[in-house]
Amino acid sequence: MYRKIVVPIDLAHADRMEGAITMAADLAKLYGATVCYLGATTPTPSSVAHSPEEYKEKLAAFALKEAQAHGQDVTTHMILSHDPTATLDDDLVKAVDEMDADLVVMATHVPHIGDRIWASNGGNLARRTKASVCLVRAPA
Amino acid sequence: MATQDETDMGIPLPEGASDMIETDYTIGQDNIETQIGPFGLDIHNPVFLISGLSVVIFVLYALIAPNQAAEFFGWLRPALTSTFDGFFLTAANIFVIFCLLLIVSPYGSVRLGGADATPDYGYLGWFAMLFAAGMGIGLMFFGVLEPAYYFGTPWGDEPLGAVRPFAEDGTLIAANVDEAKRMALAATSYHWALHPWAIYAVVALALALFSYNKGLPLSIRSAFYPILGERVWGWWGHVIDIVAVFATLFGLATSLGLGAQQANAGLEFVYGIPSSVTAQVVLIVLITLLALISVIRGLDGGVKVLSEINMVLAIGLLLFVLFTAGAVGIFTDFFATLMAYGQEILPLSNPIGRSDDGYREGWTAFYWAWWISWSPFVGMFIARVSRGRTVREFLTCVLIIPSLVCIFWMTVFGGTAINDMIANVDVSAVKANVIDSYSPELSLFAMLESLPLASITSTLGIVLVIVFFVTSSDSGSLVIDTITAGGKIDAPVPQRVFWCTFEGLVAIALLIGGGLGSLQAMVISTGLPFTIVLLLMCFAIFRGLQSELRA
Repeated sequence: MYRKIVVPIDLAHADRMEGAITMAADLAKLYGATVCYLGATTPTPSSVAHSPEEYKEKLAAFALKEAQAHGQDVTTHMILSHDPTATLDDDLVKAVDEMDADLVVMATHVPHIGDRIWASNGGNLARRTKASVCLVRAPA
Repeated sequence: MATQDETDMGIPLPEGASDMIETDYTIGQDNIETQIGPFGLDIHNPVFLISGLSVVIFVLYALIAPNQAAEFFGWLRPALTSTFDGFFLTAANIFVIFCLLLIVSPYGSVRLGGADATPDYGYLGWFAMLFAAGMGIGLMFFGVLEPAYYFGTPWGDEPLGAVRPFAEDGTLIAANVDEAKRMALAATSYHWALHPWAIYAVVALALALFSYNKGLPLSIRSAFYPILGERVWGWWGHVIDIVAVFATLFGLATSLGLGAQQANAGLEFVYGIPSSVTAQVVLIVLITLLALISVIRGLDGGVKVLSEINMVLAIGLLLFVLFTAGAVGIFTDFFATLMAYGQEILPLSNPIGRSDDGYREGWTAFYWAWWISWSPFVGMFIARVSRGRTVREFLTCVLIIPSLVCIFWMTVFGGTAINDMIANVDVSAVKANVIDSYSPELSLFAMLESLPLASITSTLGIVLVIVFFVTSSDSGSLVIDTITAGGKIDAPVPQRVFWCTFEGLVAIALLIGGGLGSLQAMVISTGLPFTIVLLLMCFAIFRGLQSELRA
């Protein structure tokens, strides 16, 4: 039913990703789909990495660790953004479209009133891409 | 289990050799990350809170004790620039020489972002942002005023004691005209070419180097790592960042308030809309709203787009003045000004044994303090958009090319104004508004009046003034947001909205309560301590580049 599953990963909050990662691995096995971890970083040093190059290595290392844990091949894709605060939504949409993914499994927060003004990243993806979107709440 | 990379979005991949600084500090480790109601927060503790509170305290001081504030800062600023004029002039000369030496030295080949990094922005967008952040508004305000003032000043501010073109009774002394014009344009160029851009370049280069090549957070304190070591993550660094935020916010807010008064004066001159506090508050709100839209749309979708629009408008106005005022004559003037700049730059930048106090202390030292107080903001913004360039390319593009553009701009606007004063000595609106009665905010519109289609070009002039304020305000808000988030550029949206709005509110409070002038004097006074900071930065850059070449 699904060919390609994309899992947006926030390496700064890797602990909140586990639910989405497990579900993506299980769904991939069920449908024989491939899994790709999508990470975004900045040209300036961040709390995760000092350079885009280092970020890329960390994302790959994270993917390898999860791949081994779940017995499931994982690829990675890095987004480089000058100003993620403003453009992360657009960057995610563009990447999901370019990769031609048909399912996005992503970790999300408990909805709050702010979501009425700015839709969550997941809500925005569901509205603007052809892919199905599955939002997985992090344990409270 | 293997992983493979799918990245195919033109991302600068292996960045090549660079010499990272090993430190135990993790970016964001001092940050408070929390959720207040619907708003996510990710702020540096204590830089965010202390910066915000100290701004509120100084605004209250200016509102509660306006006379005392005006008296103190009104005394402090000229006292500093006239006491330390030699220091300012010498320091600025050092910055220029330092930058020029780096261009020709082997260090020029070091690439910001690692040996194989590629530029994030093309030349066009990059130049547009360089001008829009730090200088555009000044070019609008001083382009006519400064050359016209030096040409005809009856107040003893003539540069290097140049001859006067007007006799006591206001008639022209034909023999002195050419020399007065030559010196006026050279002296103006001196304030807008190599020296200010070298000041910006030093800060920008320091931040870009220590952030992109050394892996330190994009924050002013990072440039001090070679000097202070691990102490930059403690109170030393907090103080440096807080002062930078403070100078940037007040610099922007007071310019915004004073700018609204000037734009209002322009509207009165062109359309007869009377000057009133209400109109000025409306202007500030309008500018702040536009800046808000811009920061929410972000660096690429907001700031860059607006800067490019502004550049097109400014080039349009420049070409219009150039061709209606006589392109051939102005091009001749441009080369003459370049020559004069080359001839006079040494005498003008010489700090000792001069008697032109009005010019040297009142203008040059004032400008140097002003540029330097803006340098944390403009430098950090330039650093943010300059990744992927080599040091040589960076300095050539931040130093040489903007200098030529500024000299050309000053020749076009100032030369046209001076020609008008010479040709129509009795009826010249420029002479009436600069020399006969000093109304600096009207000088641009007075010059445009001497050319055809004045109502259209004056409107364009007002639009440009407003949009240049927007582009300073939005880039400044992003810079403050980054510093107060401990160098993170991905802090939540409400934070940048806060700083942008806060800046507008400070401007409105000071406009209504009084205190714009005195707090602007305070900001310019921060130029003195920052001059020492910048001198230390030159040393830090040198050390940083040394280790980079070895890598």
